[in-house]
Amino acid sequence: MTVVLPISAEPAALAKEDARPGRWRRMPTKAKVGAVLLGVFVLAGVIGPFVTPYDPSFQNPSPALSLRAPYGAHLLGTTQSGQDVLSQLLTGIRLTLELAFFVGLVATVLSVLVGVSAAFLGGVWDEVLSLLTNVVLVIPALPLLIVLLGYWQTNGQTATILVLSLLSWPWGARVVRAQTMAIRNRDFISAARETGEKTWRIIGYEIVPNEVSLIAASFVNTVLYAIGASVALAFIGVTNLNSWSLGTILYWAQSQQALQLGAWWWFVPPGLAVALIGTGLVLLNTGIDELGNPRLRDAASASRIAGHWLPPADPTPVLSDASQRRGRLAGFLHSFSRSSLVDETKGGDAR
Amino acid sequence: MPFILRRLVFYLVAAWVALTINFFIPRLIPGNAVQSVMAKFPNLGPSAYKALEALLGVGHPGSLWHQYVSYLDNIFHFNFGTDVSQYPASVSSLLAQTLPWTITLVGVATVIAFLIGTALGIVAGWRHGGTLDRVLPGLMFLQAIPYFFFALILVELLAIKVHVFPTGQGYDNGLIPGWHWDFISSALYHSALPALTIVLTSIAGWMLQMRNVMITTSGEDYVIAAQAKGLPSRRVIYTYAARNALLPQLQGFGLAVGFVVSGAIVMEIVFGYPGIGLLLLNAVTSKDYPLMQAIFLVITFAVLLANLIVDMIIVIADPRARRMEATS
Repeated sequence: MTVVLPISAEPAALAKEDARPGRWRRMPTKAKVGAVLLGVFVLAGVIGPFVTPYDPSFQNPSPALSLRAPYGAHLLGTTQSGQDVLSQLLTGIRLTLELAFFVGLVATVLSVLVGVSAAFLGGVWDEVLSLLTNVVLVIPALPLLIVLLGYWQTNGQTATILVLSLLSWPWGARVVRAQTMAIRNRDFISAARETGEKTWRIIGYEIVPNEVSLIAASFVNTVLYAIGASVALAFIGVTNLNSWSLGTILYWAQSQQALQLGAWWWFVPPGLAVALIGTGLVLLNTGIDELGNPRLRDAASASRIAGHWLPPADPTPVLSDASQRRGRLAGFLHSFSRSSLVDETKGGDAR
Repeated sequence: MPFILRRLVFYLVAAWVALTINFFIPRLIPGNAVQSVMAKFPNLGPSAYKALEALLGVGHPGSLWHQYVSYLDNIFHFNFGTDVSQYPASVSSLLAQTLPWTITLVGVATVIAFLIGTALGIVAGWRHGGTLDRVLPGLMFLQAIPYFFFALILVELLAIKVHVFPTGQGYDNGLIPGWHWDFISSALYHSALPALTIVLTSIAGWMLQMRNVMITTSGEDYVIAAQAKGLPSRRVIYTYAARNALLPQLQGFGLAVGFVVSGAIVMEIVFGYPGIGLLLLNAVTSKDYPLMQAIFLVITFAVLLANLIVDMIIVIADPRARRMEATS
């Protein structure tokens, strides 16, 4: 197969095109809204702890400041023991985002490691790693997290970060594996292999750069999951309750009956912050998705014929690995997975 | 071997992994759990101390392998040990009391959310760019709200400000649980708000997923061919596009069950709903380790069972699976 490559513009010209101001305008609206929303909270997380009006843990003994509704000096009111809710919120956003970021980082590294090696090693190794991925995926994470952290009560976030990352890599690993399978046998990989490149170089310089958008999406998803899970864990009371995160604010609000006392300013802001960060992440991810898959894009790119919206045809048909040949043991292992259902070839008959 | 039997083997492997993790948690994590439990509950006798030691693996009662075998033996006989916070009660009896509440509530609400979300997703995906498609970002916001926070807001609005629903609990105080109308109607009334929470927060996820698959499917050649033949829209949507888009949705359902259950556990705490989530919270706050571990196992088994049921539905719904069943 001969591929005629168009002699394209010089690299400098390409880089210039990349940086032109229209790039932001051409992004899907959802991605823009998501990025702005997220940016606001990241900014709050970075500068928040430096601009807090009060010490978030300082309990003002004045009875007038117990459960005071928002007013000039306390913009988000006070808690039952006279603590400033705004200060707690600004400190809490930082801690929650920090934790979610580290969980996303560790889990994404794990998922790329597992996903790429499964697809690259192939055969029995692939099936063993896929089996492991599927098992971790099917065991409900939150109850396990609660039990683990119930035993492992330490101060600080390391335990939570470690345990959350160890349980949230499988989603990414599946996606990365599927994508690696799809590009593993492309011409440019074969070319690299023919020129005698080492395997780790092929993985590091040819495969992973081609999966950057996918890995980014998986990172965003993991961060989203980590925020939800860490807030839920703090709300239950199994993480370190001495530091201020969005979850611990909610924990204290719930345990001191903010709801029953009608103190909406105490529990609405932290919950709303979690929801808005989450929405920002979801929107950003949908935007990334639409960038890669034109069919999902808004009606702007669809044409209307005789009253029907016609989405543009998918320009890149995705090759499935259905016709992949497996050895006897690998085929046997594969036949236990749910995806064995959609494969045309039956397991174990490769030889 | 038929597909469904192979899946059963897979779930047995997953269950074994969960059992083994559960066995090693108290043995690998530093800290003497027995001492902290005994310090907290002075009413425990020496026999309870021995049982705790055996369960948590301290004091070296035999080799690790020996402990493991007797642990598995106990689990197979549904013997999860004695509860420490409500001392003479056995853990199994506490589980039997709370599990039906959770399964009924979470099961019914999840199925409702799945059906409504899928139906909305079909419409949004088919009328891509239409009115329904445009409200999606709003639904994403609903989805991003933590379950329990949404529950807090609903309680505030619908139970405290406007007295439409009760603020919590599974049934009215003073009623004796049993199969009589007073109790059942009260239980239904109390479960309305928790169910509403689950449905509202999880609809968006199903809808988004179905919409995306539906958009891809409705661009397929066979759907365009069906339209070109002049088949009625309804037939093209439901028998051609939606039917094929439903399979990935079903596969996603199996994996999402774990998420839904996790969310519902935390939500139960807000409502004080007498299910397994509230029991777990009580176990955590009172450091009741045997109960915590048993709850983790029971929830895991329930999720695995739900997955197996979804696999059965897939086998019935997917002709490829039926063919495999016939040939193997």
